[in-house]
Amino acid sequence: MAYQFDFAPVFEHTNLLLSGAGFTLALTAVGAVLGIGLGIVGAICRAWRIRPFDSVFGVYVEIIRNTPFLVQLFFIFFGLPALGIKMTEWQAAVLAMVINLGAYSTEIIRAGIQATPRGQLEAAASLALSRFQIFRHVVLRPALAKVWPALTSQVIIVMLGSAVCSQIATEELTFAANFIQSRNFRAFETYFVTTALYFVMALLIRQLLMQIGQRYVVGRAG
Amino acid sequence: MTMTRRPFLRSLCGLVAGVAVAGVIGSTDAHADVLANVQKTGTLRVAVPQDFPPFGSVGTDLKPRGYDIDMANLIGKELGVKVELIPVTSTNRIPYLTTGKADLVISSLGKNPDREKVIDFSDAYAPFFNGVFGPEDVALSKVEELDGKTVGVTRGSVEDLELTKIASPKVTIKRFEDNNATISAYLTGQVQFVATGNVVAAAVNDMTKLRRLGAKFLIKNSPCYVGYAKGEAALGAKLNAIIAKAKQDGSLDAIAQRWLNAPLPKDL
Repeated sequence: MAYQFDFAPVFEHTNLLLSGAGFTLALTAVGAVLGIGLGIVGAICRAWRIRPFDSVFGVYVEIIRNTPFLVQLFFIFFGLPALGIKMTEWQAAVLAMVINLGAYSTEIIRAGIQATPRGQLEAAASLALSRFQIFRHVVLRPALAKVWPALTSQVIIVMLGSAVCSQIATEELTFAANFIQSRNFRAFETYFVTTALYFVMALLIRQLLMQIGQRYVVGRAG
Repeated sequence: MTMTRRPFLRSLCGLVAGVAVAGVIGSTDAHADVLANVQKTGTLRVAVPQDFPPFGSVGTDLKPRGYDIDMANLIGKELGVKVELIPVTSTNRIPYLTTGKADLVISSLGKNPDREKVIDFSDAYAPFFNGVFGPEDVALSKVEELDGKTVGVTRGSVEDLELTKIASPKVTIKRFEDNNATISAYLTGQVQFVATGNVVAAAVNDMTKLRRLGAKFLIKNSPCYVGYAKGEAALGAKLNAIIAKAKQDGSLDAIAQRWLNAPLPKDL
């Protein structure tokens, strides 16, 4: 009575898997751009102690980094309607990912900013660079260059974490997998294919972010 | 010689067959009249669920309670005998009956051809169906009217599979991981309707007054029947008479109101 492997019932739903994978990538892309943007703002507020935003971001970072992503998602989707804030599952998923990545990237980027020696800022000021020029060339870019690998990993963690968005009926890759599995009961085959898809997607994102980093961040920072 | 042996063999065969038939008839006769037996001993042994509210669960006083227990007591009262409840699970409820450990199975039992081969069923005594539920003030009576609406459902459940078959592509079906998420999505207004079981809807209405679930239309009907051993026509007739009377005098309706928070459907 050895198990008969049969991938055909899974590949019948290839379209569903591909659209799920596409939605996962789209969620990740929007989440990553907005989340890292939020992280940059948060990191500056915290690193330069801009009141009162530094403490606001401090509380935000602590709350998000010390609670499960799934609970944050449920809070947004099932909890906020009690306050009259109703979102579709996509809006809720994107918001949860942005908020989550925002908190982690705040801390990651802050580490990068604080690693820039004060002497460099003074040197930049003595070269008569404007505040914006200092910020852009002396603070932000070297900071991002230092923490780029960590940010890349965090984006991939968020992409993999987006799997739980299937719980609120967001039709991303894990939703597609669960859906297919609930129809054909081919658990091994379905999740095997899904795992492979996630793996490939993670590798692709890592490659893509490394290229972007080399080209726009690290390459010009030195 | 051979001529004389033939009739002998034939009569031997006849004898064996006769004994076998007599044996079968005799054995059915021996425990045939469950009804008479129950009335003689004054006890009705009923297999009831203990893990399936609201049909049967264990109350805070550790006594079984639920729709099926009330039904068992109602039958016991009509027969004028004491009821002995035997807690069973959904897998062993039919074996309890076929091995004679119970006189009746009242355990949210649905009818299907496989079961009908081994036991007999009374008339239906309780509604059990999957359907679409929604706000009580919204009119909706058939699947076509769902077009453009959003329905929540638990992924992979019977109602998911059935609704997927009958609903047009214009219906947005949102599939959630489990019953709790599906119900939460409805209660928080994330979906307009839900497809679920009447029992789940009753339990939800029992727990929250937030956004009550009213039955809209039926997806799959599978009412509950009292199960009894094969070949007990007298018992079956008596059960059906009791159920008919209980439907008439409103006592079954009272049980439905108590446990399902809904009146007994008229077509039951």
